[in-house]
Amino acid sequence: MIKEENKIFKNLYNDFGWEIENSVKRNDWQNTKEIISKGREWIINEVKSSELRGRGGAGFPTGLKWSFAPKEVGSRPHYLVINADESEPGTCKDRDILRFEPQKLLEGCLIAGFAVNAHTCYIYIRGEYYNEGKRLQEAINQAYKKNFLGKNACGSGWDFEVHIHYGAGAYICGEETALLESLEGNKGLPRLKPPFPALVGLYGCPTIVNNVETVAVVPTILRKGAKWFSSIGKPKNTGTKIFCISGNVNNPCNVEEEMGIPLKDLIEKYAGGVVGGWDNLQAVIPGGSSMPLLPKNICETITMDFDSLIKAKSGLGTAGIVVINKDQDIIKCMARIAKFYKHESCGQCTPCREGVGWMWRILERTAKGESTYKDIDLLFDVTKQIEGHTICAFGEGASWPVQGLLRHFRKEIDKRCTGTPLVKKKRNIPYLIDQHLLEK
Amino acid sequence: MSLKEVYNEQPKIFKFSDKNQKIIDEILKKYPDSNKKSAVMPLLYLAQKQNDNWIPLAAMKYIAKFLSIPYINVYEIATFYSMYNLAPVGKYFVQVCTTSPCLIRGADKLIKVCKEKISSKERKLSENKRCSWMEVECLGACVNAPMMQINDDYYEDLNENNASEIIESLLNDKPLKPGSYRGRKNTSPEKNKNLNGNSSK
Repeated sequence: MIKEENKIFKNLYNDFGWEIENSVKRNDWQNTKEIISKGREWIINEVKSSELRGRGGAGFPTGLKWSFAPKEVGSRPHYLVINADESEPGTCKDRDILRFEPQKLLEGCLIAGFAVNAHTCYIYIRGEYYNEGKRLQEAINQAYKKNFLGKNACGSGWDFEVHIHYGAGAYICGEETALLESLEGNKGLPRLKPPFPALVGLYGCPTIVNNVETVAVVPTILRKGAKWFSSIGKPKNTGTKIFCISGNVNNPCNVEEEMGIPLKDLIEKYAGGVVGGWDNLQAVIPGGSSMPLLPKNICETITMDFDSLIKAKSGLGTAGIVVINKDQDIIKCMARIAKFYKHESCGQCTPCREGVGWMWRILERTAKGESTYKDIDLLFDVTKQIEGHTICAFGEGASWPVQGLLRHFRKEIDKRCTGTPLVKKKRNIPYLIDQHLLEK
Repeated sequence: MSLKEVYNEQPKIFKFSDKNQKIIDEILKKYPDSNKKSAVMPLLYLAQKQNDNWIPLAAMKYIAKFLSIPYINVYEIATFYSMYNLAPVGKYFVQVCTTSPCLIRGADKLIKVCKEKISSKERKLSENKRCSWMEVECLGACVNAPMMQINDDYYEDLNENNASEIIESLLNDKPLKPGSYRGRKNTSPEKNKNLNGNSSK
């Protein structure tokens, strides 16, 4: 269990007020000037040795990412872009940071911007977070007024501008290159990598893209020291993390905890237990909808950090925990997630565009008990055809949850496979429903 | 992406109001001089706001001319992103999140309420033309599920009863307050708050 003094986001529930006066009382913007005066190298090394990993889902080491930015500014300016396009089902941590801890984010922006040589920062907020964006704009205005941002920000000699850009309801814009496309005024279609944004990003300039939570924890790390941060949690999985516990629990909540906390503790101690008791647990999605679900027997012992979850063939992702109890139809749940991906696929790569709809149709049929055993093999085949054959990680994100379902709930699915093959039925089959079946 | 229908009764001309023209000047300052194209998304929002929450084709043409980019570029953006409405919506636009975390906490009941009280079909206006509703994907308030967004505000921790009260209030043009409908504070764990030590206040 986390100690109270180790918590970074003390105002996660707005107990103490979000305004700048209150956040300064909570040590925000304290000796920022000194931190910056220690120089770029020091900041990046300190973040590296704190072993902070990106909180947006992929878990890439933040210090390493920053070190990819060119050391000297060439003919093109550098940019810092903050990814606040939080749309992963099950995740709502960034919303609380934007609403209640905006100064932590802004201070982090200044430090990160200085570390990667950027004078301009864009914060890309999803369009639905209109009120959160308004709040953040107020916070930015307050920070400008106190001269924490703007020309000679914080007296550090570094000029720094922060702008907000609203998205408009596209999940794919959470992918960093799609986000940059969107920011440039195009459709949010991911770009091929390499070149990576650190070299060719926004407007073709070197750009570092970071998640809100990642940047917001940086000032505290630099103030308290990398050793402090790396002493929390597990090796390579250090620090604290905001977990969002939703679904069939008695008290769904957001909570900041140490990395590597047992999943059962989170559910039982903070979220008030599973509805109907622990024995009523069916499965847990541990890291937002893109991560494969875990059945009950794994949930008993699993700890919440990047590496243990990868060992369990899942992932920490954004740490959006969705608890599903036995009252729910697990196949229907996953069919709904497949529908989400069908709706949100940008349509750029064929395997993803066609495959996600295909998965959704098969799962819907299975939920109704109309599919055949062959359909299920086909479903697995489709997930494999998508995975690894797309420009961005959306393909993996869409196919992993289905693979997880097949891995752990095969028996459940087989029980539902009572339908007769579509080809044997003599009936009109509407266009675009599994044409390959008709060809046999 | 979802299919969007473009409304067939289009106004012929569109022009930003003087007040919005000033906002546009502010928006353009955010982006480098050579990359004014970035402003297309904020401008579409502005046009949508000015025109009763939907974007006519004339506005897209205006924006294209204003930013000197091809009309098709503006059109493809307006159709790609789901938050731009290309046909009129009600004065109160109800968006119900039905993605899994909300669904397993009963979002389908909210849909039932919407169908009964507003209109039987998505995007169709209610009889008194004040309200319309649609299903949307995750709105990012999963620990406050089920929830819906009405215009810009989030209504959280709902159930069938208070959702139907809220929608009644919209139909009568006296909207209830947004926020949690279980009286909880933001996203904090209910009941066992002491565990967090934050109750010291």
